[in-house]
Amino acid sequence: MNKVVSGADEAIRDIEDGMTLMLGGFGMCGLPEKTILALVKKGVKDLTCISNNAGVDDFGIGLLLHQHQVKKMISSYVGENAEFERQLLSGELEVELIPQGTLATRCMAAGYGMPAIFTPAGIGTEVAIGKEVRNFNGKDYLMEMAFDADFAIVKAWKGDRLGNLVYRSTARNFNPVMAMAGKITIAEVEELVEPGELDPDNVHTPGIYVHRIFQGENYEKRIEQRTVRKRDN
Amino acid sequence: MLDKTGIAKRIAKEVKDGYYVNLGIGIPTLVANYIPDDVDVILQSENGLLGMGPFPFEGEEDPDTINAGKQTITKLAGSAVFDSAMSFGMIRAKKVNLTILGAMEVSENGDIANWKIPGKMVKGMGGAMDLVASAENIIVAMQHVNKAGESKLLPNCTLPLTGIKCVKKIVTELAVLDVLPEGGFKLLERAPGVTVEEIKAATAGKLIIEGDIPEMVI
Repeated sequence: MNKVVSGADEAIRDIEDGMTLMLGGFGMCGLPEKTILALVKKGVKDLTCISNNAGVDDFGIGLLLHQHQVKKMISSYVGENAEFERQLLSGELEVELIPQGTLATRCMAAGYGMPAIFTPAGIGTEVAIGKEVRNFNGKDYLMEMAFDADFAIVKAWKGDRLGNLVYRSTARNFNPVMAMAGKITIAEVEELVEPGELDPDNVHTPGIYVHRIFQGENYEKRIEQRTVRKRDN
Repeated sequence: MLDKTGIAKRIAKEVKDGYYVNLGIGIPTLVANYIPDDVDVILQSENGLLGMGPFPFEGEEDPDTINAGKQTITKLAGSAVFDSAMSFGMIRAKKVNLTILGAMEVSENGDIANWKIPGKMVKGMGGAMDLVASAENIIVAMQHVNKAGESKLLPNCTLPLTGIKCVKKIVTELAVLDVLPEGGFKLLERAPGVTVEEIKAATAGKLIIEGDIPEMVI
């Protein structure tokens, strides 16, 4: 079995206008930056993007927004992107803001084959409008549906040609649950290794969830908020 | 009157030994700097880390290691990394003992608004709705009045809500207050140099004052 493709262009060959994509990452951290660049180059449009954030103006999903390739964003926090906020307030972009845990768990539900989950997040707020509320043990919960995405696009640290993936540090974030949730899952990795090189006890995403994998080159890994302490402290 | 550091220092006294704590962006993040050495706590960052350490030394920043505010941080000996679903799983399952976050408004029945100003600002709720819906111990760190001089402690919130009946305690530049289960802000402490009259004037919601209100010790 060999899931290796030549690169991002081949990996996205059948992504078409109007599709729903999940994109891993938290801010710039663990972002599938090579595949996003390929989507920008390909110019597919009317995309629905499910991703925790919307990138910054000149990196990540912000690049897709800038070219008006996104019809709808489903995110939890979009605070660092002026172009996003402009398109949202002007009505050019459809946006569904949902709680971060709800976002993660709707991915998880898809990957676990469960149609819906119940969460207390959003009870009594505008997030609850139009949703079924169920009471369990005296507390109200919202029914939230599993996501249905055409493609999930994730970034891992290492992967093998069978699609087994290992993430590094907090670049893990949404990537494992999104990897499980796509009808087709594309993984870009910093290092493609041979089967056997990853310790089976420490594989984070089993290869069964991954359909295409490639090694990206020259990761930029941009830092959004560079915070440091002085050594003399 | 307290500055932001003062608010953070006062909240740090609420952090108990053995707690797992989630700190929101802004003043709550500063709280970590003032937790006493003999109080052993583990900080949870909802992007997927338990055991959040201080900022890295200059030159040692790791783009793969950030907190929920997207700041570069470090891991500690004994840290654990996990995915976003598990992160909110432990929050929903009430494994996190204390949540400290900022707010735009809090109502006298403990409702909180902190994610949206219709037509002006939409940043999103991030993890705040999940945190306030599940946490049993929520402290809000905020200014008592907004930039226009209007009280942020209200009978009812006017902005879109983040959660209902969830805030337990508020620390502002003027005061420490409990939000009572039956409704109302119970004044517990005054900031240094602040009078009860000044707190009354800055509080639009129901303020409950019983006996002498001590000045806070920081």
